[in-house]
Amino acid sequence: MTILKVSDIGISFGGLKAIDGVGFSVEAGQIFSIIGPNGAGKTTLFNVISGIYEASQGRIELAGRDVTRLEPDALAARGLSRTFQNLQIFQRMTAVENVMVGRHLREKCNLFADLFRLPSVTHQNKETRAAALAFLDEVGLRDQADTPAGALSYGACKRLEIARALAAEPRVLLLDEPAAGCNSVETEEIDRLICRVAAKGIAVVLVEHDMKLVMKISNRILALERGRPLIEGSPGEVRANPAVLEAYLGKHGAREAARA
Amino acid sequence: MLAALRHRYGILLVLAVIIAALPLVFPSSYYFRVASLVWVSAFAAIGLNILMGKAGQVSLGHAGFFGIGAYAVAIGPTHLGVPPLAAMLLGCALSALLAFLVGRPILRLKGHYLAIATLGFGVLVALVITTESRWTGGPDGMSVMKLTLFGWRASGSDTWYWITGGLLLAGTWIALNLDETPTGRAFRALHDSEIAARVTGINVNRFKLQAFVIAAVYASLAGSALALMNGFVNPDQAGFLHSIEMVTMVVLGGLGSVVGSIVGAAVLIMLPQLLTVFQEYENLMLGAIIIVSMIFMRDGIVPVLSKFMTGWRA
Ligand SMILES: Nc1ncnc2c1ncn2[C@@H]1O[C@H](COP(=O)(O)OP(=O)(O)O)[C@@H](O)[C@H]1O
Ligand SMILES: [Mg+2]
Repeated sequence: MTILKVSDIGISFGGLKAIDGVGFSVEAGQIFSIIGPNGAGKTTLFNVISGIYEASQGRIELAGRDVTRLEPDALAARGLSRTFQNLQIFQRMTAVENVMVGRHLREKCNLFADLFRLPSVTHQNKETRAAALAFLDEVGLRDQADTPAGALSYGACKRLEIARALAAEPRVLLLDEPAAGCNSVETEEIDRLICRVAAKGIAVVLVEHDMKLVMKISNRILALERGRPLIEGSPGEVRANPAVLEAYLGKHGAREAARA
Repeated sequence: MLAALRHRYGILLVLAVIIAALPLVFPSSYYFRVASLVWVSAFAAIGLNILMGKAGQVSLGHAGFFGIGAYAVAIGPTHLGVPPLAAMLLGCALSALLAFLVGRPILRLKGHYLAIATLGFGVLVALVITTESRWTGGPDGMSVMKLTLFGWRASGSDTWYWITGGLLLAGTWIALNLDETPTGRAFRALHDSEIAARVTGINVNRFKLQAFVIAAVYASLAGSALALMNGFVNPDQAGFLHSIEMVTMVVLGGLGSVVGSIVGAAVLIMLPQLLTVFQEYENLMLGAIIIVSMIFMRDGIVPVLSKFMTGWRA
């Protein structure tokens, strides 16, 4: 079942087309990867899909409904979650509080109940914390639940963002370079985590430079070059096209991908 | 005692004990007056700190709401025959409504632009108060009828000490409640990363507006309390300098720290009293002390001290 359908997206900055005619669709439980050199427009595409930028052309459908012009919070309410390439964690909150914010849409939020902290609020808070701890466990950060997020390592922050995104129990999860800056052990962990997430029926859209990881876990891959789609296909199809790969990954990347 | 400050009710208990015990060492009614002034200022600062320290939005015009609260209890009973307590609530409602109407457009602005827009609001309120002299007494101010409750007249500095002390306890309780609630977390989240807050489903405009209205209501209540206590209002209470004084209390005490706002208010109210020995150098000394403490305690008095004494969170 198609959950996310992106068609013919275009956006330009100061007359320069950063994205032009990009489209793809992702099914529940699929891992769909977007690859391409730096500046290809991968992050920009995520910003369009998550409502941070408004596309100048194209259409986005989430679970069969047009969501093209929705604000980020409205998109989140319809089941879209994401992480950021440049970390966007809540520095002054603890790890578990970060994930509790991820449960925002799953909580009842009433100003007056909160101002007087009615018993129902205390009760809900306990539930939210327990749920958040389970998501921290999922990414292996259970031990650091009460550590201020600003004091976590880079790799831990990357996983914290994933836990926060998962805490919303999304239908679609956009991951922008989750393994960037991680060592091979951490990359391994993220690999397994992404597969577990997809196994739950969440549609995962992955932007990642680690070709080994991408080739291994993706169901389908879309390659972008300078904002335009180059080729879309299964990992086998993309790998079998070394000339195309070389065009945007360079000789080194092409060799690496061929080995993988 | 420090361990007690880690919990909401610990902080309230310590504050209640301080309020209850201070009169035992007060040698004259003058001290009751200064302390009441601290409680009222702290109350307003706590509200502003919810906006600035938690939600991370600045307001340089908050004395405008303080002035609305103050003039509500002055004008209501004198010109409109509204009883003082009802006038206080009407002032609150007016402040909340104005905060809502003004906040909607200006809270979309960020940083310096928001600062200037809120400053403009404050200046506007002060201007209206000064020019509408038929209602407000103009630059000279006007007197305020005494508060009477069921035939009992609230007057005398000790009476007002207890009223303002009780008000401060209530305001502290509400502010502390907000932590560990969805609303409180939404405030802090949008402060740290607006973009991450938005994609997590937080309607940032709505929560900024809520914080702004809460802070406005706090300031309005503080203004009403001060006016009733003094029996007099003047336009300075709504003026730019008072707005800056409120911001200074919040920043000096510690952004985001409820206890910090009380400490900041205490320092800013009491220092001038202590510095009178320096006569004409009083203001110079006050400025110098503020500059030096901001250099050495950038995060504010209470957060810096609590880091020193490790363990407790204020
Ligand atoms: N807000 C913006 N203003 C101007 N140009 C932008 C903006 N966001 C992205 N771009 C441009 O869009 C292009 C794609 O960038 P990006 O999406 O970050 O690439 P990638 O994530 O694939 O490395 C770049 O040329 C970048 O400079
Ligand atoms: Mg990018």
